[in-house]
Amino acid sequence: MSLARLWAIMRKELIQVRRDRVTLALIIGVPVIELLMFGYALNAVTDHIATVVFDESSTAASRTFAQAFDNTGYFTIRRWVGSREEAMHAIDSAEARVALIIPGDFGDRVLGGRSATAQLIVDGSDPAVAQTAMFSGGLIAQVQSSTVTLETLNRAGQGGSSRGGIDLRPVVLYNPRMLSVKFMVPALIGLVLQMQAVLLTALAVVRERERGTLEQLIVSPVRPTELMLGKTLPNVVLCLASTVLTLVVARVLFNVPVVGSVFELFVLTLPFLLGSLGIGLAISVAATNQAQALQMTMFTLLPSILLSGFLYAREGMPQIFQWLSLGIPMTYYLQVLRGVILKGVGVAELWPQGLALTIFATVTLAVSISRFRKTIE
Amino acid sequence: MTADAPAIEVHHLTKRFGERVAVSDVSFSVRSGEVFAFLGPNGSGKSTTIRMLCGILAPTSGTGQVLGYDIVREPERIKQRIGYMSQRFSLYEDLTVRENLEFYAGIYEVPRGVLGARVTELVAMAGLQGREDQLAAHLSGGWKQRLALGCAIVHRPPLLFLDEPTAGVDPVSRREFWTMIHELAATGVTVFATTHYLDEAEHAARVAMIHDGILTALATPADFKANFLRGRLFAVRSADTLRTLAALQQRPDISDVSLYGDAIHALMAAGDEHALAEVLAAAGIEGATVEPILPSLEDVFISLMKR
Repeated sequence: MSLARLWAIMRKELIQVRRDRVTLALIIGVPVIELLMFGYALNAVTDHIATVVFDESSTAASRTFAQAFDNTGYFTIRRWVGSREEAMHAIDSAEARVALIIPGDFGDRVLGGRSATAQLIVDGSDPAVAQTAMFSGGLIAQVQSSTVTLETLNRAGQGGSSRGGIDLRPVVLYNPRMLSVKFMVPALIGLVLQMQAVLLTALAVVRERERGTLEQLIVSPVRPTELMLGKTLPNVVLCLASTVLTLVVARVLFNVPVVGSVFELFVLTLPFLLGSLGIGLAISVAATNQAQALQMTMFTLLPSILLSGFLYAREGMPQIFQWLSLGIPMTYYLQVLRGVILKGVGVAELWPQGLALTIFATVTLAVSISRFRKTIE
Repeated sequence: MTADAPAIEVHHLTKRFGERVAVSDVSFSVRSGEVFAFLGPNGSGKSTTIRMLCGILAPTSGTGQVLGYDIVREPERIKQRIGYMSQRFSLYEDLTVRENLEFYAGIYEVPRGVLGARVTELVAMAGLQGREDQLAAHLSGGWKQRLALGCAIVHRPPLLFLDEPTAGVDPVSRREFWTMIHELAATGVTVFATTHYLDEAEHAARVAMIHDGILTALATPADFKANFLRGRLFAVRSADTLRTLAALQQRPDISDVSLYGDAIHALMAAGDEHALAEVLAAAGIEGATVEPILPSLEDVFISLMKR
């Protein structure tokens, strides 16, 4: 192991990254863009659901009822349609996700103090939208019917003010926007970090193979370990810097501060990062060109997104996938991120996750360095 | 290692890849300070041999010493002391001329104290003064080649391996390149070059010909021309070149008949130009001129390949 050779490689890598605008943009731009995309897009799906209304009743009561949907912000009325068929067609053509059908006797029934029925037709192809639509639609109907009851009682002169004890606040408390951002932002930091670490490392080696410079290095006194470290250490620095950037964006744009200790967060981030670099090295051994390396990187991201608890709680998965998810470093790192950033816990509580990440990093790095040694010798 | 010890010495070097024998029982030695050419067509085993000599590929059997170090047991020592340049000019195109030289200087642990002077010297050698801060990507083929050579000798190796060093470079640059190689050799550097260009092999002190992994001949270029042809070589010019060619090809005592521009080169096993002129006259070809010529390496190489 020669420090001079290690330094020569690291210096070269840093110069190359500095000159490569695409990679630079990848390091700085992608975390921010992904955070913005995921952060805002994941909110958008839960409100402003496109809605059409078929109001057969066409009374003040029915219009108030429909308007109440729009007022909540969960629904946006796109159009008032003239028939049930037209409403169905709006859903089929993806113009609307939801159709509200108010029958002709709605107004009379409400005025007459009888129970009125309305129908909410929901496009179930996106379960998240459907769930929000059904849940908030149900709430709106409940609220509306209490209001109507109150008004009817008032009109009957039975004095309502003392009896208007219906509390509407639970609707306000249920705020999916806040919850989903808080849930997603820490996970995004992990995803961006993994993608960068894997891709940067894989590309750094594959690029040299493609250009023939690897052949030159193999003939030189450079040892495989020096080459590996020289290529990964600059990436550690870059990825940690990029993590700081995403933490700042999370704080400023999404108001998600790190509740726990930033230092302990980085202590627990390091083994995750090293494991990701190990995966990057393994890819660089297997891939013969940059396009292949890119595809393989995307492939490794899939289980990290689907099985780790990134989008769906692991508890809801079939047993076998729960076991599988224990082999994915992102599973542990998500617990670290959500633990430190949201709950404010630290190494004292999260050391088992840290240990799992360290074991994973050690195994991947050891295997990929030895594989790498074989391919270049 | 003493001054007259060979720079390279291999005995019965063999490399198999599964069933295929890439290099078969090759033995030779390269003297210190010599320019040695390894000549053969693509796929003949040149690159496999060079990789075994550089210590990055272990031979299946046989032994070898490079600069006195065993190619199997001491590859790391060999790597530190040799320069290597391949046809791909392994430069980093996104680094400048200076950064490329400094990178390889770092890899070979050139002391910081001499680094500046060494870089200046190599930039001058490659004729790249004033271009130190240009990206390697913006250099022409010839300049890239000279920069690659500079990178390969940044640590002043006593032995330089060149693997097809002039592939894809214009003729003027090729000539300049070989001038630089001979200047290096004059300072005592041993040069081992593989090539499939015959004119390039003429630059070498000695030439080894390899074909299908077998070393077919090893001699100086002059020796090749004088002793490796079975017969004498003549250039024949006539009004009807094609008829002449056909007539010559029919004779069993005339071999290696081939076209060179407007002349036909023919190798006759015995006899002089008059004998050949008579042969042509007998075939009914009028007014042909016949002159004896010195063979080029190409003539010898083609003759050897046909055997």
